[in-house]
Amino acid sequence: MSEILRKLWDSGVLQLGIWETVYMTLISAFFSYVIGLPLGVILCVTSKDGIHPVPVLNRILDLLVNIFRSIPFIILMVAVLPAAKLIVGTSLGNRAMIVTLVLAAIPYVARMTESSVKEVDRGVIEAAQSMGAGEGRIIMRVLIPEAKTSLIVGAVISLVTILGYSAMAGTIGGGGLGMIAITYGYQRFNNEVVWICVALTIIIVQVIQETGMLIARKTDRRMRQA
Amino acid sequence: MIELRDICKVYRNKKQEFTALRNVSLTINDGEIFGIIGLSGAGKSTLVRCINYLERPDSGKVIIDGRELGSLKKKELLRLRRDIGMIFQGFNLLEQRTVLKNVCFPLEIAGAKRQDAEKKAAELLSLVGLADKAGSYPSQLSGGQKQRAAIARALASDPKYLLCDEATSALDPDTTRSILELMRRINKELGVTIVVITHEMKVIDSICDRVAVMDNSIVTEVGAVSEIFARPQSDIAKKLILPEVVTPVSGEGECVRIVFDGEDSGTPFLSGMVLSCNAAVNILHAQTKDIDGRAYGEMILQLPAEKRSAGRIKEYLNASGIRYTVTGGAGYVGDTA
Ligand SMILES: Nc1ncnc2c1ncn2[C@@H]1O[C@H](COP(=O)(O)OP(=O)(O)OP(=O)(O)O)[C@@H](O)[C@H]1O
Ligand SMILES: [Mg+2]
Repeated sequence: MSEILRKLWDSGVLQLGIWETVYMTLISAFFSYVIGLPLGVILCVTSKDGIHPVPVLNRILDLLVNIFRSIPFIILMVAVLPAAKLIVGTSLGNRAMIVTLVLAAIPYVARMTESSVKEVDRGVIEAAQSMGAGEGRIIMRVLIPEAKTSLIVGAVISLVTILGYSAMAGTIGGGGLGMIAITYGYQRFNNEVVWICVALTIIIVQVIQETGMLIARKTDRRMRQA
Repeated sequence: MIELRDICKVYRNKKQEFTALRNVSLTINDGEIFGIIGLSGAGKSTLVRCINYLERPDSGKVIIDGRELGSLKKKELLRLRRDIGMIFQGFNLLEQRTVLKNVCFPLEIAGAKRQDAEKKAAELLSLVGLADKAGSYPSQLSGGQKQRAAIARALASDPKYLLCDEATSALDPDTTRSILELMRRINKELGVTIVVITHEMKVIDSICDRVAVMDNSIVTEVGAVSEIFARPQSDIAKKLILPEVVTPVSGEGECVRIVFDGEDSGTPFLSGMVLSCNAAVNILHAQTKDIDGRAYGEMILQLPAEKRSAGRIKEYLNASGIRYTVTGGAGYVGDTA
């Protein structure tokens, strides 16, 4: 290991970077789901072949999601910094980054959720309706539980995407591996640091991916099990 | 009692309009097993979905036990649906729940306590013969077992009515028979009124009391199964009742379908006819059963091409009081009833 890497490690910068990346990702994902999941369900439920069509609302939400989804993250990030300042009182540091990450991830999560919930078999929903289940019950007891596996897979993909965003957030004042790669690697012409950050990111992605898929598989009841 | 009055349903796409139900009126009495038969696309599913307002008719009334569904508030409609169980061709079980939990589902909706729901569900699973599969998931069941689970689920809220949309169409003949048997038992033992949708005459024949025949969005005839079976009026009813084998015959003599409806099976009817008319007939199809010395069923005969012999046979049939139809032709020729 080169001098600089040892220094980074000994001073705890690298460990802190890993930790910051992981917790920024998890916290951002959590808050994106708090808003994105219901939003996705609403998108699905209010669509014209949903269980409670509200065409106008659906159009508006759909348009908003599309607009936010089409702004490149790097631009959105800068654009929402004032909003971050409003919400957490600063436009710098990890807390501000979490706000931007959440705002960027919400439309993404909403789309993921929408497509998962849309997959639920029409016939099963109809069966629930025929039993006298109202919309709320159908959402909580049919749509979400039946879409569970697909939702978990979607969450894995969302987490990885948010992780990617968080690295970019390193360029405008966020912490984490992205910041280390930029400040200690790129700006000091030290490729080794960049590669180490890449490798660490890959490992984190792998861990997320594998655990997520394992959970998805273990909880899916559609497969024949002994 | 379920009353349908002048139900119309139109599906509108971007530009097209399609009338799936045209002035359909039916009365389904309490305690009976009522069949609705028709070819694919006739509007059967649309009709049955109107009964519990899964589909809202464009005009007409659905009246269940004196309550007009269109006038109910949403809450009341949801409540009323608990009195109407429904089972489907595709079973529509919740894949992520065990069989027991599936049966509990309607009870959860009704707000039952968990223990009570599970107790009830277990009882129903024994009733349908699926007690040993309570802990299995739907993906681990066979088609017949899935349908039994679906039936148990549909019965969980103690419905007065059970709607079955092609409930046996995805099942093999043996399994179909056992499911139909179960439905009959439910009708007899629990007193549940059952509406059976099917495109198979044998389903109607084996369990229904009365039947409505549907074709092209209208009901062409309604009546007791034995009556429709013996005297189909509409072309579609004849087509559904007559076995397929009969249609492609060489053009020689005309074909008649004779129906045995409790005649004495001791007398050798066919031989008697052939002997006394001195004319041979070709048996194209025969399906009869002997119940207590009485013959039930049908037979399709091709008469001699020669007019006079054919005439003699028809006279003989008339004289012996056997009902018959000339098949393929329009209308009824010699109904003696
Ligand atoms: N949601 C819909 N939108 C447009 N047309 C529809 C819709 N549902 C049904 N139809 C049409 O209405 C007609 C009757 O359909 P329905 O499902 O009631 O037939 P069915 O008698 O149940 O046929 P099958 O035996 O194949 O189930 C069909 O021609 C179908 O294309
Ligand atoms: Mg149908």
